[in-house]
Amino acid sequence: MDFQRLVFYVLAAILVFAAARVITVRNPVHAALHLVLAFFTCAGLWLLLEAEFLAITLVLVYVGAVMVLFLFVVMMLDINTSPLREGFIRYLPVGLSVAALILIEMYLVVRARNFGVEVMAIPQRHAEGYSNVRELGAVLYTDYVYPFEIAAVILLVAIIAAIALTMRKRPETKYQNPAQQIAVRSRDRVRIVEMKAEKKQ
Amino acid sequence: MIDPTTGEMIWNVVFIVLKIVAILVPLLLAVAYLTYAERKIIGYMQVRIGPNRVGFRGWLQPIADALKLLMKEIILPTNANRFLFVIAPMLSIAPAMAAWAVFPFTDKLVLANIDASLLYILALTSMGVYGVIIAGWASNSKYAFLGAMRSAAQIVSYEIAMGFALVGVLIAGGSLNLVEIVEAQQGSLLHWFWLPLLPLFLVYFISGVAETNRAPFDVSEGESEIVAGFHVEYSGMAFAVFFLAEYANMILIAALASLMFLGGWLSPFQGSWIESWFAWVPPIFWLLGKTALMLLFFLWFRATFPRYRYDQIMRLGWKVFIPITIVWLVIEAAAVMARIGPWFV
Repeated sequence: MDFQRLVFYVLAAILVFAAARVITVRNPVHAALHLVLAFFTCAGLWLLLEAEFLAITLVLVYVGAVMVLFLFVVMMLDINTSPLREGFIRYLPVGLSVAALILIEMYLVVRARNFGVEVMAIPQRHAEGYSNVRELGAVLYTDYVYPFEIAAVILLVAIIAAIALTMRKRPETKYQNPAQQIAVRSRDRVRIVEMKAEKKQ
Repeated sequence: MIDPTTGEMIWNVVFIVLKIVAILVPLLLAVAYLTYAERKIIGYMQVRIGPNRVGFRGWLQPIADALKLLMKEIILPTNANRFLFVIAPMLSIAPAMAAWAVFPFTDKLVLANIDASLLYILALTSMGVYGVIIAGWASNSKYAFLGAMRSAAQIVSYEIAMGFALVGVLIAGGSLNLVEIVEAQQGSLLHWFWLPLLPLFLVYFISGVAETNRAPFDVSEGESEIVAGFHVEYSGMAFAVFFLAEYANMILIAALASLMFLGGWLSPFQGSWIESWFAWVPPIFWLLGKTALMLLFFLWFRATFPRYRYDQIMRLGWKVFIPITIVWLVIEAAAVMARIGPWFV
């Protein structure tokens, strides 16, 4: 077994373990941290495939930003697990059927016939000067420029929609206007009055 | 026994480990003496003397501090999450050290000259926030948790502005590779990217100050409001590791700013008539000098500005910096298309 295969199996084992822990641990913060670990090992696997741009972007976007916000929210939740478990038996058939549906769908797409060695070529080692960043950029901005731009626009619409849906004016919220705050002059706030000194009685 | 290829591989690994030591030991020494420089410089700025008792003029003060922290007991708070509590300082220092793996000290002197080094550094610096958040949560303390929440929101907000500023650098440099970015600034002091990217330079550096939780953006510590923020429950060496991470991050941000905007190891006299006078200076000294200058700004900020209010920090990040970077990216892209020299030819 060469070194690379050893690295692959170690990373794969950690990835499967972390992914399993995400759905089995009780504590939601621990689950989120296991998800971080899963992303990280996944990035390691992508590095083995010479996809360094995707691997680093995965760490940058998912580990560095998305999961931080996830943790942010999850840490502030005060989850009481007992009411969640109350309807377990009642919802079990629905849950099982949804799970089965997803399983069947995934089986139809991700199976050996579609992704086996006969269908997919074994990834070849690239020559030393190969730059994954350059290749990806060339493909994204030439062959797939329209899908890429459309995806970007859809994301932008989603951002605006999310803000528009959740933003509401609340009368009790107080805002500060920094422009007004720094434009204040002392004569607007303090009035100096001249008067004669008062005599002691 | 050992065949030649295995021997070569072992030798390679040993050699890389030696290189890592050669980067990290000076880095840790720099961190130690940065704390000394900070206390001295801020002292002089405030007409005090600063530490002057341990060793000649206080030169051994950082060593004494490190020894003191090593001797102290590490206290685990009641009901703290033991594992996460211990691992949090490591999570905050590991990215601060790992980022140096791709850092080019000169065009030859770099541990790993990878293609996406700028992206790699950005990804690793964005990992540092985990140490802070986990420390705050695992401490089982209100103040630590408040500090962690503040820090998380602040770092995530400023990372966007920082990322956009770096996009500007990579447009101007035409590469994600730090060595190529520095080489694109060849010419003279006016060819360096600080001039065409002046707004991005300012945004990058101020965001860097915010990312490292330094004054005036140190609300996650906020000793006057929430005692010491996320590391209030840490003592001894565990606290020292957080301290180390903060200063290592400062050095990293300062060094990156000098690489990307101030020409890295290029001589400031390049292209002028006195260039040959300074030909004997090794290039790494220019980089170190520029880094030291940027670090001075960190200390100067701390001595000068009062702490920002939390809503002001958020406003500055989202409503000022991000629009500035987006506008400047558009201008820069137009300049690149119009081939405005001497930078975008």
